[in-house]
Amino acid sequence: MINIENLTFGYHKKQMVLENLNLHIKPGHIYGLLGRNGAGKSSLLHNICGLLFPNTGTCQVAGKIPARRSPEFLQNVFLLPEEIYLPNVSIKSYLDIYAPFYPEFSRDMFFKFLKEFEVPKENKLQNMSYGQKKKVMISFALATQAKVLLMDEPTNGLDIPSKKQFRKIIAGVIKEDQLIIISTHQVKDLDSLIDFVLILEDNKIILHEPVDRITDKLAFKQVMSLDEIAAVIYSEGALKGYAVVAINHKQEPSRMDMEIFFNAVLTEKQQILSQFN
Amino acid sequence: MDFNNTQAIYLQIADYVCDKIQLEQWREDEKIPSVRELAVILEVNPNTIMRSYEYLQQNEIIYTKRGMGYFTQPNAAKKILKTRQEQFMAEELPQLFKKMQLLNIPVSQLQASYEQFINTKN
Repeated sequence: MINIENLTFGYHKKQMVLENLNLHIKPGHIYGLLGRNGAGKSSLLHNICGLLFPNTGTCQVAGKIPARRSPEFLQNVFLLPEEIYLPNVSIKSYLDIYAPFYPEFSRDMFFKFLKEFEVPKENKLQNMSYGQKKKVMISFALATQAKVLLMDEPTNGLDIPSKKQFRKIIAGVIKEDQLIIISTHQVKDLDSLIDFVLILEDNKIILHEPVDRITDKLAFKQVMSLDEIAAVIYSEGALKGYAVVAINHKQEPSRMDMEIFFNAVLTEKQQILSQFN
Repeated sequence: MDFNNTQAIYLQIADYVCDKIQLEQWREDEKIPSVRELAVILEVNPNTIMRSYEYLQQNEIIYTKRGMGYFTQPNAAKKILKTRQEQFMAEELPQLFKKMQLLNIPVSQLQASYEQFINTKN
């Protein structure tokens, strides 16, 4: 559904943010896009939705070229940015203005999500708190039923019960012909939803793997002492001993710790990546 | 649901389903929640629930009826009990023995404690 080949992009000629980036992804999954600050996650999302254009290379999304910004394309993609600016109108007028751009928009879904988030629907948008605005935009994004949904730090600003609600809503809406990319640093909020991991580093996607395959290849464990376990690639001191990423020689099923995995990829890049070749 | 940090989520979900069946909250040979419904309840990706259900099907705990969803096997509770007994004997008991040996607690001492536990529970 997204086919990116040799994409290069930069804000200045001398410094490229993305370089020869390749990415091919299919619908029916929730992708977690991870990367350091300034790695280019937002730039990539903006290239996917047609807000930024590649310098060289090709980007094709849902069969269209995003940079051409054709209506058929724009109807089927929605970007929820990290920072949101909303006009000073009521929720209802906002819907009247923006919902018609999305033929599949479902008002029923929108109001159902608002209710689940406990946002009063009579409010004016600018009188709302950051977290409430965010909930309105999440509800809007999902109600468009766009085939490609891009979310930049969606759980930032959400309170604890709303994060739970967010997970329930996403689990309930994702369809087989739909694709969600969530760019996040709050991996603990979302690691039960994400089933594919994308890591952006060194100006390209260095890792693109389903969570299942990561736990096939690597074992995530807590041990008292590092002698207890063979083939350790990466370890972090934890309250009780160590949190460890090791080669999964014994084919044991374990639960991926996304935070530790991310740290492991950044510090032991070659060793981790060689497991997936 | 709170998942623990070490076991694969799909296995923890399979365990959750087995608990429901063993506690008779989900009855034998009756319909269980759809993949989507359970994904919402447990706040996980539907693909993960799918993997748990496939695993439970392979282990003959649940089965599908075409177009009607997933059902528990008629003898599911018995099967789960047997599997869990075997698992206890093979995995948890050796751990307990190891600790008993370390703390120098003889097996004979357990009999009285166990009886007391059962009595207070009833």
